[in-house]
Amino acid sequence: MKMKALSKNTKSNLITYGMVILAYVVMEILTRAGMVSSLLQGLLVPLCTYVILAVSLNLVVGISGELSLGHAGFMCVGAFASAFFSNYTKEAITVSGLRFFLALLIGAAVAALFGFLIGIPVLRLRGDYLAIVTLAFGEIIKNVINVIFLGHDSKGFHISFKDAFSMNMEPDGEVLINGPQGITGTPHDSSFLIGIILILITLFIVINMVNSRTGRAIMAIRDNRIAAESVGIHITKYKLLAFTVSASLAGVAGVLYAHNLSTLAAQPKNFGYNMSIMILVFVVLGGIGNIRGSIIAAVVLTLLPELLRSLNDYRMLMYAIVLIATMIFTSSPGGQAFRERYSLKVLFGQKKQEKEAE
Amino acid sequence: MMGFISYLVNGISLGSVYALIALGYTMVYGIAKMLNFAHGDVIMIGGFVTFTAVSGMGLPPILGVLISVAVCTVLGMVIERIAYKPLRGASKLAVLITAIGVSYFLQNIALLIYGSNTKSFTSVVAIEPLSLADGAIILSGETIVTILACIVIMIALTSFIKYSKSGRAMLAVSEDSGAAQLMGVNVNATIALTFAIGSALAAIAGVLLCSSYPALTPYTGAMPGIKAFVAAVFGGIGSIPGAFIGGILLGVIEILGKAYISSQLADAIVFAVLIIVLLVKPTGLLGKQIQEKV
Repeated sequence: MKMKALSKNTKSNLITYGMVILAYVVMEILTRAGMVSSLLQGLLVPLCTYVILAVSLNLVVGISGELSLGHAGFMCVGAFASAFFSNYTKEAITVSGLRFFLALLIGAAVAALFGFLIGIPVLRLRGDYLAIVTLAFGEIIKNVINVIFLGHDSKGFHISFKDAFSMNMEPDGEVLINGPQGITGTPHDSSFLIGIILILITLFIVINMVNSRTGRAIMAIRDNRIAAESVGIHITKYKLLAFTVSASLAGVAGVLYAHNLSTLAAQPKNFGYNMSIMILVFVVLGGIGNIRGSIIAAVVLTLLPELLRSLNDYRMLMYAIVLIATMIFTSSPGGQAFRERYSLKVLFGQKKQEKEAE
Repeated sequence: MMGFISYLVNGISLGSVYALIALGYTMVYGIAKMLNFAHGDVIMIGGFVTFTAVSGMGLPPILGVLISVAVCTVLGMVIERIAYKPLRGASKLAVLITAIGVSYFLQNIALLIYGSNTKSFTSVVAIEPLSLADGAIILSGETIVTILACIVIMIALTSFIKYSKSGRAMLAVSEDSGAAQLMGVNVNATIALTFAIGSALAAIAGVLLCSSYPALTPYTGAMPGIKAFVAAVFGGIGSIPGAFIGGILLGVIEILGKAYISSQLADAIVFAVLIIVLLVKPTGLLGKQIQEKV
């Protein structure tokens, strides 16, 4: 009786939250029962990271309608800021929960700051130009982090952009960020439960934002910029807001990622444009603007190469073929016609009933 | 001073390679309005085909280059036919993701055939280094050939587009494909031709790149591909002279940045210059300003 009173939107959102919680419960039961391989267990936290990244990128690509190829850069900023903090306060704060919470705030705040600063110039550009500039920023962040050397001794912090020796530290000084080697010894504060909680928080922020006045303003800008401007929507403000929130959430994903690894280094594989593109693939395959789709796509596409492990060397090839085939099947005019014909022939009756039921 | 000149020449040489790759990006963008992310991997395939022909089968280098150009031309057309043509009219993002899929596909095909070990590419250029100003500046044969090849190709391509019928068809399609079709231009054939030319240029660029920087892996094409994409945007995507200028400038900035500022930050400098240029001129150096209509 009560369910009927809820709007369609709320119901759909509850399904999304429920799906995440259910996934956690199922995984937890399976793990307790010893039915989950250690390989899959190791994948759980990265999986949460990808889900958060995909949902947050969807805010920019789907809701705000801007193609961003630099999402991994914000993740990188969040990861390094928080890992630096956790490493520095490892002795001072011994409660891992509190330390992680503070690291989370710092990671999210620093990533948001970067998102804001980068967003100001970037959001003036359109379409493909915006895409390439975000890609450029992502690469710059990765490259700059690779030349930062930061240490600490009794005199305070030392920084260098050349090598560890040029910091002129006292012999007992501790190197915190070691250029291309990155940060070593970050406390292992992430867990699957924390990942799931962060996913729920991310979902809460994004879903509430989308269904609010702000979200409607952002979508109005996406659909018709000039019309939105003419009814008094502040274009820059709302675009920047979406971009900053998205960057901040990517920073959260970075925090989760950094505290799951003992060594954090900015390599092309984890923070380069390849990563940004991979997240974009999740968003597009999940359905642009569809939050639940992003989650499902992130999970399926991360697990797919693992499920295809029996194919050995051919698995990434299969991944590529699946990707191309899916895009052609779902997006091409021919594929859409095929799907319509198929659904008309086989599912005609059921489809109609479902529609009426809704 | 002599050091500066030799860095400059090396920069122009690297820039010539970027320019050749950027031409492929920009032509495809101009005509099909898509970012062909797989273009960088065609370069890598070009390198591997020449490697197989020359080092594996012992063919003369010139023949190796020709085979590589032929293979890449066919490859470009096949990719277009299988992966991109069905998506004509689909959303831009769908095409972009498909291009990324093709890129993964090419990388993994190369990985399966050649493995992940770095192959040492034998240079196809057999010209003695040129020594200028009493040996203060030494230009390698590869540098000279790369720059000359780029100039020759640039002139040939510009005249092809300007004077030949199919070249003008390409211009017409990039201007307005609907109107071009009504005027009797075969749009599909023109797009296929664009991919063929772009991929042939990528093959040449791949051979030249690997001759100067001999390490060949399945991921060799990725970074030059991205940089060339940057070069194309830099010069104004869709503009052929823009791709040429953008490529050369990018190569020069990269080499000078490596030499005088920091070798690790060279890429960051390249990207920073791109950002500054785009903020001043939002459609690149030679890009067209698009008027917004209500």
